Amino acid sequence: MSLSAAARRSLAQRCSHLRRESPLLWCHRSSAPQEHDLGSRRPPQPWSSRLRSRAFSSPSAASEQDKPKISVTFVDKNGSEKSIQVPVGMSMLEAAHENEIELEGACEGSLACSTCHVIFMDEELYQKLPEPSDEENDMLDLAFGLTETSRLGCQIIAKPELDGMRLALPPATRNFAVDGHVPKPH
Amino acid sequence: MKVLAMARRASRLGLRFPGRSRDLCTGSDDFGMPLHVCVVGSGPAGFYVAKKLLKRFDFARVDILERLPAPFGLVRSGVAPDHPETKVVINQFSRTAEDERCRFFGNVCLGTDVSLEELRKNYHVVVLAYGAESDHRLGIPGEDLEGVFSARQFVWWYNGHPDGKDLPINLNDVETAVVLGQGNVALDVARILLRSPSELSSTDIAEHAVKALRTSRIRKVYVVGRRGPVQAACTAKELREILGLKGVEIVINEADLQTTDCDLEELQSSRIHKRVFDLFCKSATFTKCAGRDKQLQFVFFRAPVSLLAAEDGIHVRGVHLQKTRLEGSHPRKLVGTGEFEELDCGLVLKSIGYKSLPVPDLPFDHKKGVVPNYFGRVRSSDATNETERGLYVAGWLKRGPTGIIGTNEVCAQEVVTSIEEDVNRAVVSNLKEVPGSVGLESILSEKNKRYITFEGWERLNETEMEKGAVKGKPREKIVGIDEALAIGLAKEKE
Repeated sequence: MSLSAAARRSLAQRCSHLRRESPLLWCHRSSAPQEHDLGSRRPPQPWSSRLRSRAFSSPSAASEQDKPKISVTFVDKNGSEKSIQVPVGMSMLEAAHENEIELEGACEGSLACSTCHVIFMDEELYQKLPEPSDEENDMLDLAFGLTETSRLGCQIIAKPELDGMRLALPPATRNFAVDGHVPKPH
Repeated sequence: MKVLAMARRASRLGLRFPGRSRDLCTGSDDFGMPLHVCVVGSGPAGFYVAKKLLKRFDFARVDILERLPAPFGLVRSGVAPDHPETKVVINQFSRTAEDERCRFFGNVCLGTDVSLEELRKNYHVVVLAYGAESDHRLGIPGEDLEGVFSARQFVWWYNGHPDGKDLPINLNDVETAVVLGQGNVALDVARILLRSPSELSSTDIAEHAVKALRTSRIRKVYVVGRRGPVQAACTAKELREILGLKGVEIVINEADLQTTDCDLEELQSSRIHKRVFDLFCKSATFTKCAGRDKQLQFVFFRAPVSLLAAEDGIHVRGVHLQKTRLEGSHPRKLVGTGEFEELDCGLVLKSIGYKSLPVPDLPFDHKKGVVPNYFGRVRSSDATNETERGLYVAGWLKRGPTGIIGTNEVCAQEVVTSIEEDVNRAVVSNLKEVPGSVGLESILSEKNKRYITFEGWERLNETEMEKGAVKGKPREKIVGIDEALAIGLAKEKE
């Protein structure tokens, strides 16, 4: 059972109402804290809710096909590669799910988890992304196996400049071999 | 001779004997029978293990036991009502439960309704993922005064956990609360005390809680930590949220933000701590806005010594604290300075860590509050490397009560990898057939114990959502066990 499109939009609005009151949330680029009238600031709509309303409404097949596409390669923890075509404007999380690539998305793109963590294998392309928001960084703090070129898949939006990007799926397990020893069962 | 006998038996069952083939036996042809798994606990740990087992073995049959009528563990009863996006993971867990190879057994309690021994006889693999339902104690005088609760009890109360609804909490006669601990749970409970009830009334908070919060006189909350802002255990998202809470003034003593060289070293090596510390610094220098009638004060370097009783000797009236400092290096030690102070309050919430509960026949480390294990395989005792055949742990019972929902995904992968290795070595079952669900059903039926299926939960879920819709809430949680069972078990009567 999943939330309907309307329920998801309502969820996003409720989150927005409860969470977006603080100047601390939005003045992360300024060095000095500023006096804010809490009532007047209205932050931009979270990208995650735009993802949900697009993903769970019924986009016409034709409009998706018309969009220019970029090539993206996912590399799993064993080194297996899968190259896919992603329409400009789609998130990597959505693209992974549409192509049956094993990228977890526990919170379905609402910036409430780090399970869609991916690693850019090309530093140059990584630099072409807009900086992560404070909210994305908050989630990246908790990502397993975080690297210098890590991002959340739900926040990477396909654009022409990212054509050819290679994204590694982080290893989900620790390296646990201890001299290859496995204890005997009782 | 023994090897030959095993090979003959394997061949009778249509199995390849390990050693004869290097193939991993992940296909049903290889194993020749269903792999019967019982997962105890339906929170993130249990569900991630179930999900990964079903993916890894197409011949797995996974039964998930849950002692409450409703599934999902702390996602339902721990995540705060004003964090609905964190609960979206329930969709994924529901898809796992709806797999035809997966069965949910709600209202079934390990220990009371079925023993661990019985489960191990009926399943190839038993994974205990029942979390941590108890608390660490401070071990100080006054801990049992009225008005002193663990944060877990308070969270269960506002989240409508059936075991939490009768919490004897009084918010009407209290103006100040002290929260001991500075992790995310501490911030959750402080935030629920301070957030305006009108904002909470459109969440899935339990009705009895929002009713009590509407008449609450609490205007000041202290969040007290033994160490400093550099060591605070909370994470940036939660801290950012509470620092920006509408109508609440934040008080931080700037002197507490002084850092030593050791502090700077710690900050450099931890991204999480650095970003949290930066938020504390920003908040301390932020110009105070007018019109805030509530206060949240972060108190650092104070350790609780005793909880003080009011004149009636029954209710708590304050906390006696000792100033602390960090000494030495690598690792630093926390020491008392011999200076003391008091904070007046009428409510104390201890947020110093959850603790798991042991069950009979289960090896348990009482000091750490976890089951000793080797990458999820239960060890026969702390002192040995011998492991219990077919018995595993996952989640907080395995790792201790830390981490977020997503941490369980990594943890589950580790456990499932151990299970897979053991299945491949035929260690788990020694190639024997077991009854699985059929055996469990027979045990429950002998005791006249009725269980809630996943369809039963979906009925309960629909009812909660319908009741909530009337009040503009995503759901109105059904808190009474009897009412929940009546709805969840309904169809079974036919």
